[in-house]
Amino acid sequence: MGQVLSIARFSVRELMRSRWIGAYALFFAASGWLVFALGEEPTQAVVSVLELVLFVAPLVSLVVAVLYFYSLRDFAELLLTQPIARRTAFAGQYLGLSLALAGSFVAGLGVPFLWYGSSAAAARGIFAMLLLAGVLLTLAFVALAFAVSVRTENRLKALGAVLLVWLFFAVIYDGLLMMLIVAFPQTRLDRELLGLALLDPLDMARILILLRLDVAALMGYTGVVFQEFFGSMEGIAVALGALGAWIAAPLWLGLRAYERRDF
Amino acid sequence: MVEIRDLRKHFGALTVLDGITIGFRPGEITAVVGANGAGKSTLLKCIVRLVRPDAGEIRIDGVAIDGDRRYRARVGYVPQIPRFPEALAAAELLDFLAEIRAVAPRNSHRLIELFALEPFMHLPLRHLSGGTRQKISMLIAAAFDPEILVMDEPTVGLDPLTARGQKQWLVTQKSNGRTIIMASHVMAEVEEFADRVIFLLDSHVYFDGAPVEALAGSGERTLENAIAKMMECGSVWAKS
Repeated sequence: MGQVLSIARFSVRELMRSRWIGAYALFFAASGWLVFALGEEPTQAVVSVLELVLFVAPLVSLVVAVLYFYSLRDFAELLLTQPIARRTAFAGQYLGLSLALAGSFVAGLGVPFLWYGSSAAAARGIFAMLLLAGVLLTLAFVALAFAVSVRTENRLKALGAVLLVWLFFAVIYDGLLMMLIVAFPQTRLDRELLGLALLDPLDMARILILLRLDVAALMGYTGVVFQEFFGSMEGIAVALGALGAWIAAPLWLGLRAYERRDF
Repeated sequence: MVEIRDLRKHFGALTVLDGITIGFRPGEITAVVGANGAGKSTLLKCIVRLVRPDAGEIRIDGVAIDGDRRYRARVGYVPQIPRFPEALAAAELLDFLAEIRAVAPRNSHRLIELFALEPFMHLPLRHLSGGTRQKISMLIAAAFDPEILVMDEPTVGLDPLTARGQKQWLVTQKSNGRTIIMASHVMAEVEEFADRVIFLLDSHVYFDGAPVEALAGSGERTLENAIAKMMECGSVWAKS
């Protein structure tokens, strides 16, 4: 574990000097300032920022993780000739990048909130959930990007693949669910939709926050089904579990491929 | 002693190493030579486990390296193309490696002096020239005083003064009982200071002996010509 932390710390130190990480924090800081400065009530402001987080955090995590993985591939040759296990190197690099991206996201969005909206206790809880959802999405999509990159020799192919992944979850998946509902107008597909929603990390993150907010109107069909089926607290626990699985599964796949690949 | 027995490696349909059996002895500089794509780098990478062989065995002092990462504390590796995290400095990189190895570098001061690296140790690595990166790579490989040095084209990009200093240093390491394995295309330097030459051709060991034996066998006056003749004649000089 000590070696994993050493590699993670080293990666964070390197990443903090990259423009990407600074620009990412600035983007969320600027967006946060804009939303809060427009005078929205803090809870409403969180809803306004939510969609931005759901679209931007996964996209940036995927792209930066692919670029970072390929920039590190040659350095990995040096790292893997040291007396450390491959899984240690992989876990350290994953942790380092995830910490840098998640830290940048939390700092970027946290500062405007602390400035404008921290006084209301209710807003603090919802905002904390938004940050948690953003961090979990970062962990899940960095893991996905690593799993793709380990298996792909060509950086452009890997970038293309992760952009497809993002497009699928951000746009196509919801469209497929809608088509399913339209195709079976006479049938209640609650259980089926529930199962399908668990397969979409973006939906899980959205449901996580909206269940906390208890805003049924914004939940969408799957969100409402989720709330009906589980209730708010249990629903949050299930959504957290699903996001946990979305982190663990690609991480495990990536690690397995990393242990077997040639450098 | 590094012993390699019946080592095989394929990349898809391409057979790169086909039943390689050789040993590398302490106190000896062994040069691995061969045409481009002959499997020199793959062989070296198998020793440090960057490449996983399909079959065969590698033992260091009688112990199989498969699955045991600790042996790499005894090995230093110089890659063919040295690439590092661009934003960091060599000094930071060295500190990091000392941290994950949990030992302080023993040779670094001597090597920094030998390669005149002091002015570059605190600059971001992206600002360094190819030759300076090569020196940093050598520094990193040798800083922890490894018993076995595995080097892939270690003199590429070095100026003549540094290359000479490096060779002298390697000779000193050899006399201290270190095992030195290097891949090289520069036959003049192999002839000058390698004790043994291993020539790979068509995924096999075609010649394994001292440079003078290669010269005597080929009737050529330089190792470069002797190796070129072996490439042309193929198995005539096989001595596996």
